[in-house]
Amino acid sequence: MVKIHERKFVSVDPEKCVGCQVCEYICAWTKEKAFNPLKSRIRVVRLNPLVNVSLTCRLCEDPPCVAACPRDALKQSDADGTIIVDEDKCNGCGWCIEACDFGAITLHPDKKVVFVCDLCKDKPDGPQCIKWCPEEALDLVSTDVLAQKSRMASTKKLLRELLKAAPTA
Amino acid sequence: MWYGYAGRILIVDLTTGKTRTEPLNEDYAKKYIGGIGLGMRLWLDHTPPGVDPFSPENALVLATGPTSGSIWPTGGNGHAIVAKSPESYGISESLSHGSFGAELKRARYDAVIFKGKAEKPVYVWIDDDSVQILDAAHLWGKSPQETEDAIKEELGDFYIRVASIGPAGEKLVRIANIMNETSRAAGRTGLGAVMGSKKLKAIAMRGTNDVKVAKPDEFLEFVKEFHERMKGPATKKYRTLGTPENVLVHNALHCMPTRNYNNAHFEGAERVSGELLNERFVAKIIGCSSCAMRCEHVCVVKEGPYKGAMSRVEYEPLWALGPYCGVDRLDAIIKGSEICNYYGMDSISAGVIVGFAMDCYENGILTEKDMNGIEAKFGNHEALVKLLEMMGKREGIGDILAEGVKIAAEKIGKGAEKLAQHIKGVEVTGYDLRCLKTAALGYAVSFRGADHNRHGSYAFDVKGKFNRLKYEKGRAKFVKDIEDVYTIIDSMIVCKFSRGTYYKELEDFAKLYTIVTGIETTPEEMRLKGERINNLARVINVREGFSRKDDTLPWKVMNYPVPDEGPSKGAYVSQEELNMMLDDYYEVRGWTRDGIPTPEKLKELGMDDLTSIVEAKIKRN
Repeated sequence: MVKIHERKFVSVDPEKCVGCQVCEYICAWTKEKAFNPLKSRIRVVRLNPLVNVSLTCRLCEDPPCVAACPRDALKQSDADGTIIVDEDKCNGCGWCIEACDFGAITLHPDKKVVFVCDLCKDKPDGPQCIKWCPEEALDLVSTDVLAQKSRMASTKKLLRELLKAAPTA
Repeated sequence: MWYGYAGRILIVDLTTGKTRTEPLNEDYAKKYIGGIGLGMRLWLDHTPPGVDPFSPENALVLATGPTSGSIWPTGGNGHAIVAKSPESYGISESLSHGSFGAELKRARYDAVIFKGKAEKPVYVWIDDDSVQILDAAHLWGKSPQETEDAIKEELGDFYIRVASIGPAGEKLVRIANIMNETSRAAGRTGLGAVMGSKKLKAIAMRGTNDVKVAKPDEFLEFVKEFHERMKGPATKKYRTLGTPENVLVHNALHCMPTRNYNNAHFEGAERVSGELLNERFVAKIIGCSSCAMRCEHVCVVKEGPYKGAMSRVEYEPLWALGPYCGVDRLDAIIKGSEICNYYGMDSISAGVIVGFAMDCYENGILTEKDMNGIEAKFGNHEALVKLLEMMGKREGIGDILAEGVKIAAEKIGKGAEKLAQHIKGVEVTGYDLRCLKTAALGYAVSFRGADHNRHGSYAFDVKGKFNRLKYEKGRAKFVKDIEDVYTIIDSMIVCKFSRGTYYKELEDFAKLYTIVTGIETTPEEMRLKGERINNLARVINVREGFSRKDDTLPWKVMNYPVPDEGPSKGAYVSQEELNMMLDDYYEVRGWTRDGIPTPEKLKELGMDDLTSIVEAKIKRN
């Protein structure tokens, strides 16, 4: 069993994301052989031209979606933390959708059951959205690595400020 | 079974409120591809000759391309709009990207034709098969952005895509745009005013269907290849400094029209350079749906009188609102561009109109009283901002300027015509045609009036392939060839910024078209489609009364040589030289000396159904 802080999920760097939706297209293609963002397990939000992010399942600990399901149709994989949907049990009631803070689990437009990111487990090279992102804005990370990245980024910023303040030789 | 195409078109009659769908004409799809080609062919069927652009009879056609809605980089997201232009009174087409075109295709339409005129303001809500004409009284007067937000709110879906007009389109400002997603515009030639004349405020779109291509595996491989190409040198400019890089390049060559064509060189260029723009103002570079080469430089003003202004900035609007008006402040240019987006006006034409007004003011043709107390000297950024606002609202002098330079000059009189720099009524763009003579031909014959986007023949001059100061017979062939590629680009609807990634040009387009639609197409057949679409546009203009007399250049280009000391000094285009250009071009095109396609040419291109239009004109002459 993978410990929560070692569990890897698809995360976006908002600084790099340009809102191009390539991740949506390739996700829907990979999973459903359809060009249709409504069938994507990762969705782009552009609130303003300056704010673009791409969001998908973050494999929460004690996932609220699983807890919310009245039919026990959802469970979390012990192996990798992904959410597994039992399509026979799911009746599309939408409680899990309400429970998710990230809008990561949604109703499938044709099947009328919910669907969610499975990290492209069946693909040897992993999540296709990461592979295709033209801006390299997506990454498969654990919370540990995310924290490391944030620490590095803020330290780099500090370094830049220091260099600015330093007298030029 | 259709691939790429949805296989049907929607016809919305705003007069009767009735809507219906028709199957897509397979012959049209094969001959005219989609986008502007298909759009113009449908427009011709749905609009009688000689109608006023603001008449209900002028159909407004919205079209997608065969790759719209797919993951094809830049192609997945585009849409084209076609109608008769209230500036040129000839055919107008315009393109925009973003996400709107993809949504239209997913709703399963290749084109939507808006006919007639609504009694009161409406918007059309297309939700897959359901089409509703809804009241827009509460949206009238709002900017495109406000309209888009309000519609998403009331229809209750944030992912709905909207194309709309602003106050300028409502007030029939002849340079009005049709805007989508804040800063994307179907600009030039005033299509927003045509939409306004129909009292059509907006088109809201939701499509939920899958888009299918004929050969998906090959297609994905090709997409992958283009993603790689897009990381290469062909797109570097757009991904880094962006088109504003041109400012210093054009200025060094003395080919940047400055102060309404009084100069070809701007002493303040360093202060409005692309380099400075990126250093000080670019906050984020964003991308359109399905694109792999984000280019949209979103600029924000952080301090000073224009603090808070935000707009996308490209070379052309920067040039028009800056050097063309003698303005050397980037913050004012960004503000000006934001105002144009707010009212929904073409920022190139808007800048050229202000430059024209400033020239009239400096020459005493328009007095301070005429200008409502504005000291409209070149370089006065406050005057620029004020005049743009007044144009958007049609207030004071803005009411006359909103007609575009050609009609405004006719109304003003007193020799203002000589200061109005336009071709076929459409304002010039940022290439000095006095000293870029291959470009001069491209501009003179462009079917939508003064424009760099119908040919791109400036590249031959700017990059030094030809002697840019002297026209030589034989160049028309190059202009024709690039025109024919550009009509393919705009009918497939791929972004012109990506044109350099089509290394094998016709071969790449033919392959793309084949694997998407399943209609086997050779490079030569592709070339023919491009040529056919140019001939179609010409036939339409001929039907609307155009001929050789309209293929001309602005007054200053032909009568006011470049005065600046430097590489372009003394350059201008004489009547004799223009005659030579046109003779050369018509011969290469297989048109008459009067610039009319011959029936033989049309038959050769498989356009037998249109020969009667040209036969009537040729006989009369």
